[in-house]
Amino acid sequence: MSMSLSPPENSRDVHPFPHRHLLGIAGLQPHEILFLLDEAEQWVTLNRGTAKHDDGLAGLTLINAFFENSTRTLLSFEIAGKRLGADVVNMAVAQSSVKKGETLIDTAITLNAMHADMICIRHEASGAVQLIADKVDCPVLNAGDGRHEHPTQALLDALTIRRRKGRIAGLTVAICGDVLHSRVARSNILALTALGAEVRVVAPPTLLPAAIERMGVTRFTDFDAGLDGADVVMMLRLQRERMEGGFVPSPREYHALFGLTPERLAKAAPDALVMHPGPMNRGIEIASSVADDLSRSAITEQVEMGVAVRMACLDVLTRARRGVAGW
Amino acid sequence: MTTLHDLAVLNGRVVGANGVTEGGVLVCGGRIAAIGRFDVPEGIERIDARGALIAPGLIDVGAFAIDLPAFVAGGITRAVLMPDQAQALDTVALVQRAAAAGKPDVWVHPLAAATRALAGQELAEIGLMGQAGACGIATGRGWIGSTGLMYRLLGYAGALGLRTVTHAEDSALAGHAVMTDGETATRLGLSSAPVEVEALAVARDLLLVEATVAPVHFRQVTTARALDLVRAAKARGLPVSCGITPAHLFLADHAVTGFRTFARLSPPLRDEADRRACLAAVADGTIDLICSGHDPHGAEAKRLPFADAEPGMAGAETLLALSLSLVRDGVIGIERLFAMLAGTPARLFNLPGGAIAEGAEADLILVDPDAPWRIESDALAASAGNTPFDGLPVQGRVLRTIKGGKVVR
Repeated sequence: MSMSLSPPENSRDVHPFPHRHLLGIAGLQPHEILFLLDEAEQWVTLNRGTAKHDDGLAGLTLINAFFENSTRTLLSFEIAGKRLGADVVNMAVAQSSVKKGETLIDTAITLNAMHADMICIRHEASGAVQLIADKVDCPVLNAGDGRHEHPTQALLDALTIRRRKGRIAGLTVAICGDVLHSRVARSNILALTALGAEVRVVAPPTLLPAAIERMGVTRFTDFDAGLDGADVVMMLRLQRERMEGGFVPSPREYHALFGLTPERLAKAAPDALVMHPGPMNRGIEIASSVADDLSRSAITEQVEMGVAVRMACLDVLTRARRGVAGW
Repeated sequence: MTTLHDLAVLNGRVVGANGVTEGGVLVCGGRIAAIGRFDVPEGIERIDARGALIAPGLIDVGAFAIDLPAFVAGGITRAVLMPDQAQALDTVALVQRAAAAGKPDVWVHPLAAATRALAGQELAEIGLMGQAGACGIATGRGWIGSTGLMYRLLGYAGALGLRTVTHAEDSALAGHAVMTDGETATRLGLSSAPVEVEALAVARDLLLVEATVAPVHFRQVTTARALDLVRAAKARGLPVSCGITPAHLFLADHAVTGFRTFARLSPPLRDEADRRACLAAVADGTIDLICSGHDPHGAEAKRLPFADAEPGMAGAETLLALSLSLVRDGVIGIERLFAMLAGTPARLFNLPGGAIAEGAEADLILVDPDAPWRIESDALAASAGNTPFDGLPVQGRVLRTIKGGKVVR
């Protein structure tokens, strides 16, 4: 990829983030991704203090419209909005009229009529968030759509890696597990390759999407070979229902062949960082001894970075509405 | 017929089986009475074609909707209708009603549902529906998964002289896939199936054709591998034929980028190599006909997340203009094009029309093959404008549509 990590020459007039929505990592320039990571750093500092509050988004209404069940991501978005002073409203699918047959477009129009200043959406269907974004007046943030994208997860992962490793360019990152069904994997592949990492995907062939190497990654079906010398080992969650579709025979076999154990981790670089987007299936894709090893595992730090990254995204995406100079 | 029509179309270029000749067509009593140069009877209605092509009215095999404004605008004078209607065409009464639905402007020739409610479980009364006017039978939007049932169906229908139209997609492998495996599906996170789903289905059905010697028409064949199988089967003399829509000839899977549901089709769009193989198969005659796949869907069916949207496109009005580019690109000649759009469909399904010949029904269109226009979703006459070609500039306009000697456009 020939994209430059720094903003283009004559960048004085180049907008640091010329996007109305954040629907995915696809379409972002490397310097735009880095801009969001840089913006997130201040919120990491704020969040570690005692008075975790800023009034930047005071008076704005943030709607978290989650059409798919989520606890962690929803909580992360809610905390991010509240720490910035926004009025946060959560709409969960169980309470929504979507269950009564309302179309997604009608739901979008309804949310729009309530004058939301920002909508964060999670939906089980790939492309659903873009569909809503096309129908509303406010910025939309994709909190995960189907198998397509989960951009804030990729940003928080990149921030975690950058803070722990000091860089992203030149690192070898192994993304391991159910890549086929994973929006986390897709967004991470896009972000990490854009930022100059060498990305591998490691999984049984049944869990790798067709033509995945066209996304600029190397494909491994042997776990040990895929881990060999990796600087970052990113594990993905294996959904229980994959046992039924003939993707893998059993949790036991999956753990034996593709579970990250201390012995397996020894194949990676000596200081390899272990990551997982959560929630973990302990004893299936990852052994507890690896997940809980604080010198190696960045899993809790990922959660922490998640709040900071989401604060950065909410801040940046609402700047035009708030009349911030230059936006 | 209750009204008979006399008409003289003059100063055109008549597309015949053996080439294009200057002249006109004389219609008497709704039938073609003379071609080329002839004496125009006194008092007869005259149409000056002003050099336009005078071609046979198109016969569209496998339309999903009776959409008269779209058919007339597209120069389609006969539509072979899929049985996938609000109620599957699985009874004599439903077949008869469908057959009457377009007259007199467009004649609808229904395909009878091969199985009751198109459920793929029990044979429908195909013999009775054949007597009632069904021009063939069809498995509908889906494949019949049971090989045993398909074997009996082909044997039964073949003995009745009915051609079976089948959908070539092995549903056991395709599952709920909405795309073909490839970079686009992977980037968009859409469920996809290996391209072999089509060849697997075609291979099975070709073996069953060999066993039953029953005529089969694959509504669409869109992959290199499956086209190879059809090509080989034809070389062995099996009674098989296949069609394709312009979408699979001119678009590849990356057309769905941005989750464009107008490009959600069944079978799904393939990759560029397969698209080229389809063009080659048009050129060498493996693909027998080009059809519109006309399947209009409004916003309620298309303005949805990609996988939830209904597959299908509105194709009737764009069929001719898009197909004409095959002639312009030198893939086929003009005579072959109209054979694919009219003559061959008539022959395969035993329909009148399809060619300009003395004594034939006067189903004619006047075409300016060079007239430029832009396909615009909102401007289509169809009941819905779900075309994957929205915004595309094309050439070729239907100036007049004449059905049985009556000018309907």
